[in-house]
Amino acid sequence: MNSSYAVPAVALVVLATILVGAFGLRISRTTSDFYVASRTVGPRLNAAAISGEYLSAASFLGIAGLLLVQGPDMLWYPVGYTAGYLVLLLFVAAPLRRSGAYTLPDFAEARLSSQAVRRLAGAFVVGTGWLYLLPQLQGAGLTLTVLTGAPDSLGGLIVAVVVVAIVAAGGMRSITFVQAFQYWLKLTALLVPALFLILAWQSDGAPRRAFDEPATFREQSVVRVDDTLKLKLDRPLPVTVSGTIDGRDHEEDKLELPAGTHRIEAGTSLTFAKGAQVPERDRSSGGGLSPSQAESRGERPLYATYGLILATFLGTMGLPHVVVRFYTSPHGVAARRTTVAVLGLIGAFYLLPPVYGALGRLYAPELTLTGDADAAALLLPDRMIGGLGGDLLGALVAGGAFAAFLSTASGLTMAVAGVLTQDVLPTRGVRHFRLGTVIAMAVPLAASVLVGGLPVADAVGLAFAVSASSFCPLLVLGIWWRRLTPPGAAAGMLVGGGSALLAVAATMAGYPGSGAAHALLAWPALWSVPLGFLTMILVSLATPGRVPPGTAAILARFHLPEELRAEAKA
Amino acid sequence: MSGFLAGLCVAILPLLAAGFWLGRRTARPQNLGDLGTPVEHATFETLHTASLAAPPLRSGLTEETARKSARRLRSLLGTDALCLTDRKDVLVWDGVGDHHRTEIMELLAGPLESGRGEAFPLTCDAPDCPVRWAVVAPLTVDDRVHGALVACAPRESAVLVRAAGEVARWVSVQLELADLDQSRTRLIEAEIKALRAQISPHFIFNSLAVIASFVRTDPERARELLLEFADFTRYSFRKHGDFTTLADELHAIDHYLALVRARFGDRLSVTLQIAPEVLPVALPFLCLQPLVENAVKHGLEGAADKCHIQITAQDAGAEALVVIEDDGAGMDPVLLRRILAGEVSPSGGIGLSNVDDRLRQVYGDDYGLVIETAVGAGMKVTARLPKYQPGVHSAGRLTRE
Repeated sequence: MNSSYAVPAVALVVLATILVGAFGLRISRTTSDFYVASRTVGPRLNAAAISGEYLSAASFLGIAGLLLVQGPDMLWYPVGYTAGYLVLLLFVAAPLRRSGAYTLPDFAEARLSSQAVRRLAGAFVVGTGWLYLLPQLQGAGLTLTVLTGAPDSLGGLIVAVVVVAIVAAGGMRSITFVQAFQYWLKLTALLVPALFLILAWQSDGAPRRAFDEPATFREQSVVRVDDTLKLKLDRPLPVTVSGTIDGRDHEEDKLELPAGTHRIEAGTSLTFAKGAQVPERDRSSGGGLSPSQAESRGERPLYATYGLILATFLGTMGLPHVVVRFYTSPHGVAARRTTVAVLGLIGAFYLLPPVYGALGRLYAPELTLTGDADAAALLLPDRMIGGLGGDLLGALVAGGAFAAFLSTASGLTMAVAGVLTQDVLPTRGVRHFRLGTVIAMAVPLAASVLVGGLPVADAVGLAFAVSASSFCPLLVLGIWWRRLTPPGAAAGMLVGGGSALLAVAATMAGYPGSGAAHALLAWPALWSVPLGFLTMILVSLATPGRVPPGTAAILARFHLPEELRAEAKA
Repeated sequence: MSGFLAGLCVAILPLLAAGFWLGRRTARPQNLGDLGTPVEHATFETLHTASLAAPPLRSGLTEETARKSARRLRSLLGTDALCLTDRKDVLVWDGVGDHHRTEIMELLAGPLESGRGEAFPLTCDAPDCPVRWAVVAPLTVDDRVHGALVACAPRESAVLVRAAGEVARWVSVQLELADLDQSRTRLIEAEIKALRAQISPHFIFNSLAVIASFVRTDPERARELLLEFADFTRYSFRKHGDFTTLADELHAIDHYLALVRARFGDRLSVTLQIAPEVLPVALPFLCLQPLVENAVKHGLEGAADKCHIQITAQDAGAEALVVIEDDGAGMDPVLLRRILAGEVSPSGGIGLSNVDDRLRQVYGDDYGLVIETAVGAGMKVTARLPKYQPGVHSAGRLTRE
């Protein structure tokens, strides 16, 4: 891919982010006219900001990659990412806004008046934030590698440095404008190339075999294997080889590989004939670190799908960077309206990644082989259109992808750094906030160098699972159940969120390799969410004396519209 | 392999955090090492336990605070059971023998009336109940009995009577401090009421005079100003709630500035720069308007021909940053420090120091006003408002668009 357009595009996105972040407020709000200066953020602007912050690398690149590799079952990802806001709308949005809480630990303290629960919630915010930051950095590394061939961790490093610099310097002052800008940028960056790609597909005779199983090569293609990998064939495959297969050297030899597993050394080129089936990569031994969740998904598709649905539906409400944006809404009703608008904006966005996934299966099927499936959206313009147009469209997608990393990563870093400064590091102040920012970014950066190859969307799924098992019970029971007690909330978060966190750690470490246990650990939400709810309810019922005084008044504040409350008080 | 390492890191991090927290919780001055003799060690130990019991009691005697402090107090006395009561009920029973609750309350009638400590034998059907004697020491604040501390032991002991009496006196002192805190809060509340009443006289005269001057020349403007005046006074005199939102407070400031601008015309210019994210922040009622009033006063004081006031409200993560800046006469920092310390009463109103006190009262001492000024160099007042603070909720209606 030609990087002479993509690199300036990425630089432009970074620069625009910094400028809008620093000066957006100054341009739009400096005035002597009070009514212009003090207009609250409307639901639509706030919704665009929430969407901008929410649509991460997983949405921008990951979903297309998963669809490419595993077919239409993966459409549950965009559905889940969107439907989470429906649950948020129904159960949480307005009461959360009326609670006056800015962060999730604030909510825990407002509802349960307990410092201990507050700190625990803070710890889970940090954990979820780190888990969610990890795939952002990996995605950035991947994008930069595809664009320029730079080493894998460089892109993550660049994003980390830029984000820390922006956040620590206080450059996110007009954060609502930046994030809203990022949303429209991301939408444009996917929409415009998608239109051109669809035109190209039409002119190609609109082939419709996108989701045929298995994927096949549409024309003779050469695939160069950069990392040693193993292929699993269930029927013989004719292929022309230059390089080493199963320990034997070949030079432009036409072979018929028999069914079974074959080891292909790095640097080998495989030439597939037109119509040949795309061989499947043997993942359990793929030289990688974390066997993809795909494997357990293949074995237990129903369980995996339900795990995914539960995690994404219930996890959205616990994402630290999403929750803080609701504070910007002036009242509970506006928070609800905002959520409805978010559903529309995100729904519109998620129509696009499946287009890339489907076209990728047609035009770049070898990506399943080389393991760079997440790069499908970046490569397609070049592959299908080519020339200057392809380069420019590719640059647009690359810029949008970087906007995705930047916006999500900066929102998460601010949330995590805020909690670190407020609840973990000893004293408050600007200097400590900067220290918090550095710590908030350093840990996931180190982890991204160590962990490497987990598919971006899968890693995000794990963050959702932890969030769903710890914060969903806290928020839902905190808002709707008056008998919740501080010990109950603490126990529920520890048992539900803690077990999900352990499962995630085990999955990332690649333990245990396969079987039912692996499926259980790779998709923890299905058991850890009920576990969290159950623990929270049982422990609360067991400690009836600890129901915080004034619970009735607090719940009334959560649920009564603001005007009514003012009238009641007057 | 490195994947395993990474997983290990993810697993170890929460453990480390838990260990850190546990370590901090259990850190005791036992680690003093060889410092001092065993007697001194015992003294340190006692003082430390006492200091741990003190903070909860500083918020008064309730079930919650009693529960938090009872365990410490019992370890201080070294008894099998300890109970704290108010005048009617047992607030907490720490240790064994919970079934004596009702009996204790019957026994307490006398000591609560007389305010003198006593020791009673307890009647108990359970043969293995270790609690046979109850030592009652009343908790008094300003000579009024608020409750009692009851220490239970297997046998009568003069030492325990003496110790319980001393501990009860110490607890009483904490409760007196709590009482003092409350009266300080009440004093500040009274000051706010005074401030509400005090906004007005000069301002009302001036405003009415300005409005009067427009009545004939520009009746429409006079009508508008009268409405601004009505809005501003309605906000200032409203009865409910100690807190408001930044949006409402800024609206009140706008009404105020409209009236002031009508009076001073071109001499006064105002720039606003307000981040929309911080408009919903809850803050103490009328704590920015006095700062603006102050800025206007300082700006137009002396020979200054023109004055520019800049009001900015910025989003800073978990806080909102409000800056009010004028380019007027400024002030001698030494004088300002003395005004804020309450040593000299300022000439005009109780603005700055009152606002400073209230911010500290609500948000803690970290959140006082920051004032940058010098003679002739204008004045810049910065207030930091946390977006969330327990107990701070705006009661008022938010301004709807």
